[in-house]
Amino acid sequence: MMTPKSEQELAEAIAGTDAPLTVRGGGTRPIGRALPGQTLSVAEMSGITLHEPGALTLVAQAGTPVAEIEAALAAEGQRLAFEPMDHRGLLGTTGTPTIGGVVAANVSGPRRIQVGACRDSLLGVRFVDGAGRVLRNGGRVMKNVTGYDLVKLIAGSYGTLGVLTEVSFKVLPAAEAVGTLRLHGLDDRRAVAAMSAALGSPCEVSGAAHLPRGADGRPVTMLRLEGFADSVAYRMGRMQTLLGSFGDGEIDRDAESVAAAWRAIRDVEAFAGQPGDVWRVSVKPSDGPAVAEALDGAEVIYDWGGGLVWALTPEGTDARAALAGIGGHATLVRASEDTRARLAVFHPEPAPVAALAAGLRAKFDPRGVLNPGLMG
Amino acid sequence: MEMPAPDQKILSRKDAVVRRLQAVLPQDAVIHDPAETRAYECDALTAYRCPPLAAVLPASTEEVAAVLRICHEEGVPVVPRGAGTSLAGGALPTADCVILGVARMTEVLETDYANRFIRVQTGRTNLSVSGAVEEEGFFYAPDPSSQLACAIAGNVAMNSGGAHCLKYGVTTNNLLGVTMVLMDGTVVELGGAHLDAAGYDLLGLVCGSEGQLGVVTEATLRILRKPEGARPVLIGFDSNEVAGHCVSDIIKAGVLPVAIEFMDRPCIRATEAFAHAGYPDCEALLIVEVEGSEAEIDAQLGMISQIARKHDPVELRESGSEEESARIWLGRKSAFGAMGQINDYMCLDGTIPVSALPMVLRRIGEMSREFGLDVGNVFHAGDGNMHPLILYDANKPGDLELCERFGAEILKLCVEVGGCLTGEHGVGIEKRDLMVHQYGAEDLEIQMAVKDVFDPHWLLNPAKVFPLQASQGRRAA
Repeated sequence: MMTPKSEQELAEAIAGTDAPLTVRGGGTRPIGRALPGQTLSVAEMSGITLHEPGALTLVAQAGTPVAEIEAALAAEGQRLAFEPMDHRGLLGTTGTPTIGGVVAANVSGPRRIQVGACRDSLLGVRFVDGAGRVLRNGGRVMKNVTGYDLVKLIAGSYGTLGVLTEVSFKVLPAAEAVGTLRLHGLDDRRAVAAMSAALGSPCEVSGAAHLPRGADGRPVTMLRLEGFADSVAYRMGRMQTLLGSFGDGEIDRDAESVAAAWRAIRDVEAFAGQPGDVWRVSVKPSDGPAVAEALDGAEVIYDWGGGLVWALTPEGTDARAALAGIGGHATLVRASEDTRARLAVFHPEPAPVAALAAGLRAKFDPRGVLNPGLMG
Repeated sequence: MEMPAPDQKILSRKDAVVRRLQAVLPQDAVIHDPAETRAYECDALTAYRCPPLAAVLPASTEEVAAVLRICHEEGVPVVPRGAGTSLAGGALPTADCVILGVARMTEVLETDYANRFIRVQTGRTNLSVSGAVEEEGFFYAPDPSSQLACAIAGNVAMNSGGAHCLKYGVTTNNLLGVTMVLMDGTVVELGGAHLDAAGYDLLGLVCGSEGQLGVVTEATLRILRKPEGARPVLIGFDSNEVAGHCVSDIIKAGVLPVAIEFMDRPCIRATEAFAHAGYPDCEALLIVEVEGSEAEIDAQLGMISQIARKHDPVELRESGSEEESARIWLGRKSAFGAMGQINDYMCLDGTIPVSALPMVLRRIGEMSREFGLDVGNVFHAGDGNMHPLILYDANKPGDLELCERFGAEILKLCVEVGGCLTGEHGVGIEKRDLMVHQYGAEDLEIQMAVKDVFDPHWLLNPAKVFPLQASQGRRAA
């Protein structure tokens, strides 16, 4: 395994090889096919380089553990707004999730519906491309339209366009108070309707999830509010009134139990250790239940107000068939090596879009050494 | 600002090109009479003008594709144009180009309140997107100050911001999908009503690419429920430094205002003389706006005022009513007009880390004396997006050039302190040649390589964004 300790070492390592490299941070999110070639880890390039609480900005090297960043932010009453998922439970991996891995996979959690994805908080990147060039884009200021936005392109490119060395983020204040309204017994369509009503209100919902089979086996719909204590109390009352036709529900104001419940949604804990393949489907919220129905026999969890459907399917099922006539995309997050090879991990793209993607890969990685074949 | 010399071969083929365009568009959608093409000779950066070869006004994605196919075959450059409100010269033509205006594409194609999006043709103005969903209590968040006139096409091209992006983000954070036509006429769909890209985030790449990668004809935009209410507090300080610290302290305290606006003394005096908003005559003025229910607004304004009082303000005025809010905003909203009353001005939009604010303002003051040109500063302080307005006299020979040199020095300073050349206006022609101060040669090379993928012959808005010298080989190829 190659473990460069600096950007310069990394650049030399990439420039000095013409064999394929498998790029990784902490190795906790092996999404995609097993790749040939030597492993290149950025874990040794670690540390927070800048945190300015008064400017809501944080800069860190790509190998910095997510936990280290979250702790540093928490000490100043701040957090990564997009609530990145921890994949270890779901994928049965061990190790230390890194911030570079979060960016490479554009990992976001339930709060994505309110504050955007990882890519929306990402202000700048430094990376080494497949030719060994050290490149940067964006910066550390919140508004920046200077040149093309390669920051967004690199986020979610799974190390196929460049190996991240440094990332900078807009961070947000952590909430003083939090609460969850739980509605019981709604079927999937009613649940999505309830979540839509809440998300279309001025209540500033920061999480909207539905479990057709909750802890007690009954359906539970969860709506999260965050902010100053008085404000949360006020909005909770308003939301309860607004959703009166969906049942009274109950309110959980205990910070720890609320955090645990949303961590379970974020990390898809219900599917951890369960046999079957795991699909992650992104659709417009009202299409979520139709996807679940088409995946007859699958267990599902709805996040993002219904727009993110996690499905646990019998091994080898092609969940993309359920998307026929529905806009959106499905990623095969967990499956056997054979299934991943047969069904493709990432959603197939229309020819002109695939051609653009291939064209970009040829520019950023002309020799095809960075995670070759991972994204097409 | 230099523009490349027009291609004489294209100029000599004007009639043939126009005939081909007329064959695919209605008669009145092809403008080629020199008396009429002058209407397209500039955008809001009016110091630079050049009538195009022709201008076309297609009404659909199909017509846009037909126009682009012809221009691609003919090797004619195309400059896309929204409403022509770019302050950076993003829509400035060359004599050998076809202006592709989206002004006839203004339809709302779909509104979906349950899923909280609207799909529009991109010629629709920013404000009329909000207008289309207002009755249901929704709005489209990005609010550039030109929102009455500017088109979504230009917003997407420039990744436009506005006063309220501290809370709601800029265009790219509110854009869910686009229909885009590539230079060869290929139509692609990126994103949609769902969240996050399937493969590479081409949507994020296209937003802010200044019309150089494709022509965006339709956009799916996130709409939000309007807050119950909003009210500002006005705070005056005796020093820029203290005002800067106050901004940091508000942010650190966990309040997230929707807007933190900052005006300095020259700007306050100019707006007072013009709009009589009743602002105090002080060194620095903050307008901080918060949203929510009445009680939530009161609580947040209370917190902000408490923080501000620790900094010994010369004035602190919480708005208690819509009338008082309007009065507080009056001066800020008329700031540009007020400065325009005094003289011609150039508006910059470099962004800096908030912590560098006092130092940068001090340096701008010093440079103002060195160059002998007055500057007023009015900007979005919460996100460090500055708007220095440099006053000059367009009729005085050499004044524009002096002003541009001064502006360049300010922008270089922004980069030096860890910021950037442009926060929301775009590079266009205005900051094109300053790009080397922000990016190294290879950083620019990889961006130009991206354009190679989308537009291999460099026909779309070619003389923008990148220093002319850097893009020379590609444009000539």
